[in-house]
Amino acid sequence: MKKSKKAAGYKVSYGIRLKKDLKKNYAAYLIFLPVLIYYIIFCYKPMYGLIIAFKNYTPAKGIIESAWADNYGLGHFIKFFNSYYFLRLLKNTLTISVSSLLVTFPAPIILALLLNEVRAKKFKKTVQTLSYMPHFISTVVICSMIHLFVGGNGFITNALSAVGLTEGGISLLSHEKMFVPTYVISELWQTIGWSAIIYISALAGIDQELYEAARIDGANRWKQTLHITLPSIMVTIIMMFILKIGSVMSLGHEKIILLYNPGIYNTADVISSYVYRKGLLESNWSFSTAVGFFNSVINLTLVVVSNKICKKKTDMGLW
Amino acid sequence: MDNKSTAYKIFTVCNTIVLTAIALACLYPFFYVVVASLSDPNELIKHNGLLFMPLKKITLDGYNMVFNNKLVLSGYKNTMIILVVGVGINLILTTMGAYVISLKELMLRKPLTILVIITMYFGGGMVPAYLNVRSLGLLDSIWSLIIPGAISTSNLLIMRSAFMSVPESLSEAAKMDGASHGKILIKVMLPLVKATMAVMVLYYGVSHWNAWFNSSIYLRTSSKYPLQLVLRNILIQSQTTDMMSDIGAAESPQVLLLLKYSLIVVSSLPIMTIYPFLQKFFQKGVMMGAVKG
Repeated sequence: MKKSKKAAGYKVSYGIRLKKDLKKNYAAYLIFLPVLIYYIIFCYKPMYGLIIAFKNYTPAKGIIESAWADNYGLGHFIKFFNSYYFLRLLKNTLTISVSSLLVTFPAPIILALLLNEVRAKKFKKTVQTLSYMPHFISTVVICSMIHLFVGGNGFITNALSAVGLTEGGISLLSHEKMFVPTYVISELWQTIGWSAIIYISALAGIDQELYEAARIDGANRWKQTLHITLPSIMVTIIMMFILKIGSVMSLGHEKIILLYNPGIYNTADVISSYVYRKGLLESNWSFSTAVGFFNSVINLTLVVVSNKICKKKTDMGLW
Repeated sequence: MDNKSTAYKIFTVCNTIVLTAIALACLYPFFYVVVASLSDPNELIKHNGLLFMPLKKITLDGYNMVFNNKLVLSGYKNTMIILVVGVGINLILTTMGAYVISLKELMLRKPLTILVIITMYFGGGMVPAYLNVRSLGLLDSIWSLIIPGAISTSNLLIMRSAFMSVPESLSEAAKMDGASHGKILIKVMLPLVKATMAVMVLYYGVSHWNAWFNSSIYLRTSSKYPLQLVLRNILIQSQTTDMMSDIGAAESPQVLLLLKYSLIVVSSLPIMTIYPFLQKFFQKGVMMGAVKG
């Protein structure tokens, strides 16, 4: 009896407090209003639009009027899971992002460690500045440079054919087998310098006295790296790795659709590029939304799980 | 260093070589593009090795074609408009949103923050976003490139932590003097978060500069295309019909190749020349993004 009274009292006071708060801080809420409207129209409304994944959407009928898809609305999902493309897209998406991860994740750490050993400040600075360069070039230009360099007459194609890795005169991007290596190496080139920043600053934060003490104990540079440097940046490394794992299925479409062509869809087509083609080029609205929805759900799950693990391991997380 | 063992000396030499190689690998492709853009196109198309100086005599024909191209010029103009208007709107909305969810006294602060953060991890996706823009009647308007991306939630959160790091006593004092929230935001807070604002300008600026995908699905009229979409059409899809008609040149592969190299230089040079000076801000942004938790 006492308890419920207390609860009721709390409820009333919450309402009153909220009213008071709204009255007192109405100016702040007013400032937030345009932001709220933005989020509703451009983030939450498209989420509502996901309903068309369960319908047979036609623009003429609109979201509400369109009929539900067969199989209790799950028709498009079933069609996708049963299609030949499902496994191919899953395989390509995972192959491309996992191999990118395996190459582009350790490389910046190694670069940061190597830079950390450089005593000449000017040299260090120059290397850093040059290694950031590709980061500042737009995706379109990067991809066009890739097209030119690995094209039939490109110097990379030529160099590879000289050592017998490919035939000369044919673009690497028309070989199914060459797409993943081309993608991954270009990714490495684009990101190595920029991704190193976070490790470089983690390295800069290490207490120099630790090295002093180790030197007195007779540890050489290699031992210092093993026992002081690496353990000190381990938290950063683990955190970055777990977060990267979380985005392993959310491979972006932009670079893919700038690089691929129908001849190599077998290895180059990924979920996001497929959604783009089916939805925006072929106007298969409902089907492509279903495919995209499936992908978003997986991404969300991966992010949530990896963030949980990250929090457990490092006490740091996204939220 | 006191550690002058032979092994360490050998390591230092190897390290210098490896780092120099990495730096050159990052630099050389750009050098190649510049040199190629100045080369004789008839030689260039036959050439398939490395380049260290322009082939045959230096030519500026490629640059001539670029600067006489209507689409490239209108692309530059459109991108500038989108940059200025877009970043302006980005900044206004981002600071407004971030300020409000940084206020500890608000009772609805938590629900609003959650509402914002959810959108970072889940969204409607490509097709519903497109249908949304279409239903709002924004197709084929440059507003379709500005409004739907008016706020980037990760930037908003960076901004929020900047506001939260301002000592509360400052806004308290202003409140005592009877200042409203709007006044506190503009007069007290903004001057204190200038550095973060600079990072925001750069982040939003770069994202507008690089954007090409949305314009490729939202815009129809080629005179409205931003630079990156024009680049995509010429560089990747080799669509030159619009531009070649301007100058009456034959659509020979040589000319197209020279044009591509020159176009890459013209479109990337502005950023390449200013980025070394802006590096510091960008680096700062990386760290801000990393420690937002």
